[in-house]
Amino acid sequence: MCEACPVIDWAEMLPTVRSFTARRVDAVSDDLIVWYDRYERSQKELVGGKNASLGEMMVAELPVPPGFALTIDAYHQIWSHEGLVDEVNELLRSIDHDDFAANIETSNKIRAAIEAIEVPESVVEALTTAYAALCDHCGVEDVPVAVRSSATAEDLPDASFAGQQDTFLWVTGIDDVITKVRRCWSSLFTDRAIAYRHQMGYLHQAISMSVGIQKMVDPTASGVAFTLNPTNGDKSQVAIDASWGLGEAVVSGEVTPDNYLVDKVIHEIVHRNVSTKTMEYRLTDGGTVEKLEVNADRQNAACMTDDELKAVAILARKAEKHYGCPQDVEWAIDKHLPAGENVVMLQSRPETVWSQKPKSSISKGGGDYMSSIVSTLVSPLHNKKNN
Amino acid sequence: MAQSRFPSPFEIEGPEGVEGWEELYPYSVSFGENRREYEDNRFWFWDSMHWGQALTPWDSTFMEMALASLSQMNSRHYRIPPADGVDFRVLYGYAYLSPVGVDPSNIEARVPQFMERAGHYFANWGDLYDSWLGKIRETIGEIEALDFSPLPEMEDLEIITGGTALGSGYELQKSYHHFKDLIFKTWQYHFEFLNLGYAAYLDFFGFCKEAFPSIPDLAIAKMVAGVEVDLFRPNEELKVIAQKAVDGGVARAFDNPDDVAGIQAAIAGSDAQAHWDSVAEPWFNFTSGNGFYHFDKIWKENPEIPYAFVRDYITKIEAGEDIARPIEAIRAERDRVVSEYRDLLDSDEDREAFDGKLGLAGVVFPYVENHNFYIEHWTMSIIWRKVKELGATCAKEGLLGDPGDIIYLRRDEVDELLWDYYSNWAVNAPTAAAGHWGPIVEKRRAIHAKLSEWSPPKALGEPPEVITEPFTIMLWGITSDSVSTWLGSEDDSGGLTGMAASPGVAEGKVRIVRNPEDVGDLEDGEIMVAPITAPSWAPAFPKIRACVTDIGGMMSHAAIVCREYGVPAVTGTGFATANLQTGQMIRVDGSSGTVTVLEE
Repeated sequence: MCEACPVIDWAEMLPTVRSFTARRVDAVSDDLIVWYDRYERSQKELVGGKNASLGEMMVAELPVPPGFALTIDAYHQIWSHEGLVDEVNELLRSIDHDDFAANIETSNKIRAAIEAIEVPESVVEALTTAYAALCDHCGVEDVPVAVRSSATAEDLPDASFAGQQDTFLWVTGIDDVITKVRRCWSSLFTDRAIAYRHQMGYLHQAISMSVGIQKMVDPTASGVAFTLNPTNGDKSQVAIDASWGLGEAVVSGEVTPDNYLVDKVIHEIVHRNVSTKTMEYRLTDGGTVEKLEVNADRQNAACMTDDELKAVAILARKAEKHYGCPQDVEWAIDKHLPAGENVVMLQSRPETVWSQKPKSSISKGGGDYMSSIVSTLVSPLHNKKNN
Repeated sequence: MAQSRFPSPFEIEGPEGVEGWEELYPYSVSFGENRREYEDNRFWFWDSMHWGQALTPWDSTFMEMALASLSQMNSRHYRIPPADGVDFRVLYGYAYLSPVGVDPSNIEARVPQFMERAGHYFANWGDLYDSWLGKIRETIGEIEALDFSPLPEMEDLEIITGGTALGSGYELQKSYHHFKDLIFKTWQYHFEFLNLGYAAYLDFFGFCKEAFPSIPDLAIAKMVAGVEVDLFRPNEELKVIAQKAVDGGVARAFDNPDDVAGIQAAIAGSDAQAHWDSVAEPWFNFTSGNGFYHFDKIWKENPEIPYAFVRDYITKIEAGEDIARPIEAIRAERDRVVSEYRDLLDSDEDREAFDGKLGLAGVVFPYVENHNFYIEHWTMSIIWRKVKELGATCAKEGLLGDPGDIIYLRRDEVDELLWDYYSNWAVNAPTAAAGHWGPIVEKRRAIHAKLSEWSPPKALGEPPEVITEPFTIMLWGITSDSVSTWLGSEDDSGGLTGMAASPGVAEGKVRIVRNPEDVGDLEDGEIMVAPITAPSWAPAFPKIRACVTDIGGMMSHAAIVCREYGVPAVTGTGFATANLQTGQMIRVDGSSGTVTVLEE
């Protein structure tokens, strides 16, 4: 038992959850589902950070692949299942935070317990209807989707869950979607997530899990974009890292991506560095994603056209304008869309490094142009030419 | 192997058979033992941007007057704190320049002087520029009024009855002296505003680079560029003529632009001809070169050049293309670029500074762009016309063998020649001129031909640790980086780097264009590789895919025109004309400033 842990009092939480979910379940079952293109900001707590950001991107008219969120109501419903709370609490109490190996095992037991719960009928129904509608919309039977965790933490705006919860790609068919939804729910109890809450002093019940279901993009290339130059904080530039295939290779750092700097205003490619990209994550004919070697003729080739680079920069800037602060964007080039509309955005979140640095004025308070001209002439100009 | 310094000017071996070449130029522009220590310890670069070809004595006159005037404004008028003049020499016919910095201990004392003097110009720029336009027109009028016609058999009676005593001989001497003064005056005016204009531009440039360290130079230039610029007016007028030729049914007359008489006969009385007549003065006082050389062709005297451009525009109009310059769209784009960068600034204070600096740059920039038309094109056209008029008189009077011989005499020697002419006209006796100058001209013509074949080194002497002289960087595009590239160039694998002067990437075949005559050799889709490009080559730009120059900064004429015409350009590469050959396939990246050889 961990004495240092804050009290894990599920009893405290459950009445709230029960009354909450009861109210919801009695209402329209559609409340379990929020389509991204009908997202409203008031629903943020219901769909979690990841889903809210995708919905918000739709609001901003950024090209996001279609999809929907399964709200936290569905997650709350499973906790009303007889015995689950007690079982999980018992396991949590057995944790020794210094014993990493044992904790993995405990985490696995908690996850297994959660995944073993039968998904409530209303949730299955809502998911089935929504997935069918998505298949219809895409004109594909059993459209491949990404199933993503989207945690929400009421009153914990600073909490970062990045990378803690599971994401499943290339999920096809409603049965597999439901399986992966369960695993997203249970991923709130990975050993990492448990340890994180322990370190931060967060209550386990303070965190809820929504799940996002979104059409997969089969990309020729993908990557990330910062709406500033991460090497010097220059806000007039968009820095783009790009590599072949799915974005995992870039995000995980498994390849050295092609690196570009694109000016936000005149859309010039100010800097380009094409590197050797030896591996990529790619969809195989079998419908699975595999890590594959990039064939020799593509390894040293740029993975994007200049027009695509400009399109990414323009979208990243649009996101930044919409959110009002520098953004860190994930994007992909969808091989099934025509050139000119083939850049899609997968995620946009605030950039955190440079955005938190104090701003220093460069005008130095002096509006006197003569003094400024003198200092320009006297100080070696080449020092300022460092792009 | 990379070197640490360039060869000494005293080590350079020139071409064979040019003994006595120094006589073509004033003694003061030669490297020599008197000043060897000073000269040997300096950094000299060949200004191939302005003087890419071997100078004749008269070509040298303009180089000397330009550099002295530029220097004087820095050193004696405005007291630019860190920069005195730009020293100049001629080595085997080629102009070498060396920026002269101010001793660091004296910089501070010059600051208040600069503030007061330059401050006056910035504060009164509009009025002073208006007055400058008047001064230029007045100077042009004075030059046009000079009379270099042969001396009369007998003076007019009014000379006698008016009691003036001073006759045509005196007037000819005076006119020539005045001519030299007026040329000098022209170059003084040329630099009245230019250095200050660059300083204000540099200040805005520096501010943008500090706010946005990775901002492309091009973006800064775009914010400052004028929309309606006098320099582009001649070319715009050709478009109007082309449209009128099409509308008036005389388009076919331009099919063979070299048939000047045929075209003039065919379009006589047409709207196209009427428009030509109404704009030729002053707009077609436009040179095919940079205005500095005796061989530059002026549109008015060489209508086959503008006729060829008119023909090209006619082809486009007939193909349904809209050739009009979209003024409104250009203005809107500039405003968009300005407002977006402005929005990206962090504070209102910064935005206020940005507005102030951009405002000043906007006030000074019309001069920076337009002076080129008023001086290099218009005034220099008039000046060369007068030089040729004088040459014709000398030939007609038997003083020189050929009207073109005059350019092989130094300007002070022309004084002697005219004294010989006048005094023997007065005595009514034979001149010594023909016998004296004939052999000299022939010798110099042969020397100049040999000098013209020679490839001068890019730079001489000891390179400075850092290049800080603002005009060297701005106008010539010479930076500490480019100097070290030059030093290491023998390591080079054929690629070149330079200034990212006009964006875009293009691939194509090289065409080396060393002078205006070669422009006609350009074929569709080729990449022009030149020591420099002149604005008057602009109508040829629709043909080319990209442009690479040896010398030139962001504000060089080449850069301005390339951006205007949307042609990718890399300027200031140092070696493009030496390292590339006509026919090679290259890639020009005008956004990163690199040139790559794709295949030999």
